[in-house]
Formats: sequence, structure tokens, C-alpha cells
Amino acid sequence: MTVPTDLDLRFREAAARSGLLDAGYDVVESPLGPLLLAASDRGILRISFDADVEQHLEWLSQVAGRSVLRSPRQVDPLRRELDEYFDGRRHAFDLAVDLRDLTPFTERVLHELARVPFGETVTYAELATRAGNPKAARAVGMTMNRNRIPIVLPCHRVVGSGGSLVGYAGGLERKVALLTLEGVLL
Amino acid sequence: MMTTVAIPPFETFYAEHRSEVLGLLRRKLGRDRADDAFQETFLRALRAYDRLDHAEHLRAWVLTIASRVAIDVHRRTKPTGEMPEVTHEDARPAYEDLGELTDGLPAKERAAVVLRYGYDLTYDQIAAALDSSPDAARQATSSGVRRIRKEARP
Repeated sequence: MTVPTDLDLRFREAAARSGLLDAGYDVVESPLGPLLLAASDRGILRISFDADVEQHLEWLSQVAGRSVLRSPRQVDPLRRELDEYFDGRRHAFDLAVDLRDLTPFTERVLHELARVPFGETVTYAELATRAGNPKAARAVGMTMNRNRIPIVLPCHRVVGSGGSLVGYAGGLERKVALLTLEGVLL
Repeated sequence: MMTTVAIPPFETFYAEHRSEVLGLLRRKLGRDRADDAFQETFLRALRAYDRLDHAEHLRAWVLTIASRVAIDVHRRTKPTGEMPEVTHEDARPAYEDLGELTDGLPAKERAAVVLRYGYDLTYDQIAAALDSSPDAARQATSSGVRRIRKEARP
């Protein structure tokens, strides 16, 4: 017997409201293609350009706990802010991020990253300096590459010393699209 | 040596069992009341999911929760006069036949009989589902069956 869609959605909604979920996720459409969004009660856990749910499920249940469910409601605030961002109506995100599994250095780098404003760029070396370790440009590069909350933690605003785009875990064309949206590239 | 099966993410568990749970609840409660009971069943499962020690018998576990929810709904609500869904198929699943027969049994015996003869679980599995021992599960099943026989005789 197939479970009717409305009944299924009602449960997913109730589960999010109950506060019992370790994490909720959903796949949403965006101008950059489908995005997987995941959030716990602490904040955003994951934004991914790879919308293949299976591997994310495993990762989420390891990091946040096994009570993980697809639940549009749980990621609704994030979806709304992203929509506004892609529409050009939002320049900064107001939501908390959940960085529970990261090292203190990574966390420091990401906090500095989060302060790079809309429409501006920073070099890997400069970001390393801001995070208190001028020699760690390479480590900063790794951190950007592994950033699991792209767009909201704007690793697309980090560029090479000559202004070259260098790379982007989600594909260079997406970095170009984001920097174009923000008016950095024409 | 026992191999332990990792407990899956709740999404996987839910996706695997939701159809069967809804089927069970509709047979027991009718379509309207089954919808609320469906949500209640999986919320109860979600509440307990963190505390599970292993992934054996998850199916029996959730069907037992559903049976308990159905019993609670029966107690809470007066019959609405609505008839439960009746399917007219030749290969009617065994648990459908058991529905009426087991209606009068005490909750534990009913669960044991339905799980044994309706869902074909072993006594070990029933014990895990009902949180008791295999012996107690066997006893509950056979005393349930005896009670049904007694009631069937005029």
C-alpha cells in the first residue's frame, strides 16, 4: 500500500515540529541546480551541490545522530534565505551554522570566512592571516575545498593571490556564477 | 558469533516500513482513523529510536508499536460506524483473517498471535518485539490460540 503524499508530508512536518530529529534534510531547486540542504536544531549542517541523498544520509547520521529524516520544514528557513540570495534580495545570511565535528582551526577559518561580505573577495593568504596563522594559506585552501556549507559560508569569495579563481569544490562554473551574481565578475 | 546490524538512519527505516504500517492500521482502524494513528506510530518510533541497541527485528518492533497505537485509538474513540476497508482478493494475507479472530484477546496475546501467524515471525523475534523472552512469547501465543478456540466453540 502506497502512503499518500499528504499523509507522508504530514508526518515529516510533525517530526520536525516534535524536536525529536537529530537532523532534517531536503533537496531543493536552485539556479545552480538541485541542492541538498540539511539542518539540526543548532543550525545548518550541510549544503551540497551533489543531491545524491544516500551518502549524505550516512554522513548526517554519523555526525548528528541516527534520527535523520527528509523534512522540508526543517530546512525551510534556509531554503527561504537561499531563494532571497539567488533573487538578489539578500546579501547576508542570518542562520546559525552547526560546525560540531570540526577542529578549532577550521572553525576559526570558517568564522573569518563568514565575515567576508557579499560582493568582495579575499585571498587564501589573507584569510589565513585573519584566522591568526599567516603561513596556513595551503591549509585554508583545504578548508575551503572541504567546506560543507558553501554559499552561506562563502568560500566562492576566496581567490588566488593574482585574483585567479583557483578552484571550487562544487565546480568552477558555479564559483563563476556566484561571483557574477554578486557583481564581482561581469 | 552474532553479527550486529548497524541501525539505519531513521529515513531508511521509515521508508522501508511505512507502507506496511499504514496497511496494518487501515485494517484495524479504517481509513480515517488510520491516518492519525500512522503519524502517532512513527512519532513513537522516533521518540524511542535513539535508545535502540541493535537493528534486529525493526519490522516487528514498528508493527508492535502500530498495534499498540491501534489499541489506544480503539480505547479512546467510539466507533464511527465506518467500516474498515475490506479487500476482495483471493490471496488474502493471513493477518487479515486474524484481525477479527484476535479482537477479543488481551493486548499481549493478540500481538503475539498476530506476529506469529499473521506476520510469520519466530518466537525470538516476537520476544524482541514485545520486550520479553522467547518462552513467554510462545506461551502468550499458545494461550491466545487456546482462547480463540474456546470462543469459537459455542
